[in-house]
Amino acid sequence: MMLDATQAIDPEPVDLADSPLALRGLTVAYGDSPAIEAVDATFQPGQMTAIIGPNGAGKSTLLKSALGIVRPVSGRVTCWGRPLSRQRYRIAYVPQRASVDWDFPTRVLDVVLMGLYRQLGLLGRVRARHRDAAMACLSRVGMEGFATRQIGQLSGGQQQRVFLARALAQGADLYLLDEPLAGVDAATEKAIIDVLKSLKSEGRSIVAVHHDLSTVSTYFERVLLLNRHQIAEGPVLTTFTNANLHITYGGRLAATLPGAGS
Amino acid sequence: MGAEFVALSLPPMLIGTLSAMACALPGNFLLLRRQALISDAISHVVLPGIVVAFLLTGVVATWPMMLGAGGAALIAVLLIEVIRRLGGIEPGAAMGVVFTTMFAGGVLLLELSDTSSVHLDVQHALYGNLESLIWLEAAGWGSLTDPKALQGVPSELPRMAVVLVGMATLTALLWRPLKLSTFDEGFAQTLGLPVRGIGLLLVAMSAIAAVAAFDAVGSIIVIAMFICPPAAARLMTNRLERQVWWSMGFAALSALLGYVLAGYGPIWLGGTHAVSAAGMIATFSGVLLALAAVFGPCRTKG
Repeated sequence: MMLDATQAIDPEPVDLADSPLALRGLTVAYGDSPAIEAVDATFQPGQMTAIIGPNGAGKSTLLKSALGIVRPVSGRVTCWGRPLSRQRYRIAYVPQRASVDWDFPTRVLDVVLMGLYRQLGLLGRVRARHRDAAMACLSRVGMEGFATRQIGQLSGGQQQRVFLARALAQGADLYLLDEPLAGVDAATEKAIIDVLKSLKSEGRSIVAVHHDLSTVSTYFERVLLLNRHQIAEGPVLTTFTNANLHITYGGRLAATLPGAGS
Repeated sequence: MGAEFVALSLPPMLIGTLSAMACALPGNFLLLRRQALISDAISHVVLPGIVVAFLLTGVVATWPMMLGAGGAALIAVLLIEVIRRLGGIEPGAAMGVVFTTMFAGGVLLLELSDTSSVHLDVQHALYGNLESLIWLEAAGWGSLTDPKALQGVPSELPRMAVVLVGMATLTALLWRPLKLSTFDEGFAQTLGLPVRGIGLLLVAMSAIAAVAAFDAVGSIIVIAMFICPPAAARLMTNRLERQVWWSMGFAALSALLGYVLAGYGPIWLGGTHAVSAAGMIATFSGVLLALAAVFGPCRTKG
């Protein structure tokens, strides 16, 4: 995708009502120590945005506060210009794999069916069409052969793909993923990226916490650099620079990156 | 045999079974949430609640005691939260501190106050009075359809039946939110589910089951039934739905067989006295858990 000069200088041409997720002055603290401070970000619709930053930079916290899982000290979250509570049905969340107990007594298909909770409601019966929809999501991530397995019997990469399938079942417009590629095998990484790109081509928006700096410019078109404060946000081409990376990672980033701009 | 059985053995067996199932049901979720210790805490703090209720009212009656026990459970939950937050202590330790202190306080209160005239002592609190829940009006199986005789049924029987039915109805209605928030709380929150409310409701359900069962069967059975049947059931299946059914079966089996073994086992072995039914039921549930741990089909992780 080509970026013109005006977009590079002003990375925020998007209208608030069009932005699937906009944060204004978002501050979150655990106890006395702030996890993120005064973050302003306007995510672009129909784009794949990576959130990067060192450990403890508040990347997961940013996602969780955007989703209302963690209550911010101050600041505001809007989705498509409206409060989060009115737009929840348009948002899917893929938590970190380590955040759940994979020994939980449930099968792969049941986990994907959790993504249909809004359709099923409290007591709605799971019918063939729900099962078919869940199976279709499993096929999309290449896991259709594992539907009846207990989730603990899967490899890490397979578990991550099941989580993605559950998010697909939600049929959302915005996908928020927390480290979807952490500790997964190469096949899973490719499968996940393929699915995310196809979501993008359908006009959906993707925001993912990402840890592997070497793949940022191949997978994403926008990047948000975070170290408690927002360092920079914009197109990968102009924002993912060595200068910005050094501010974000401080002295912890030894070498300059091949993928990063100068 | 019939008349004696219906009058002396049937009511305690039924009450024991209903109590065991009422405790095991929420126990399934507590276990998966790594909160099994909460049931232990609740069943211990019930004692000071009951003693205080007795000291205030001067009578051994069901409702004041249930209220006292419920109040004590509430205070304990609040204390645990306060200690956890103010002290920055992990939840397990906070629970341990609160329930042992409150239980010990209850024992002291019991000793200091004059409760010798009534049937209220530490032994009663631990073992309950399962064997004394007899139905004097029963003259045989026919009494089960005789409305007049049925009025004399120990009040614990209908009470536990109502608690179990209520518990089962709530679990069935809230099955999906309970399962979702137990498995993946963050995801459940993004769906807009009130996960804190669900967690509190589960603790409240556990407290109701524990308090209702405590008076009838004592704290030993309550503690055992919250943990042993669900833990054994988890080893039998990899699906939550089936785990709950297995746990109900294990709870009922423990109560029925435990009661029979306590009553007749020693006699079969040549002894003359029956042993405590509560002790035998709890022990038997532990034996079932041990068997499941050795032979259960889903023992290995992953």
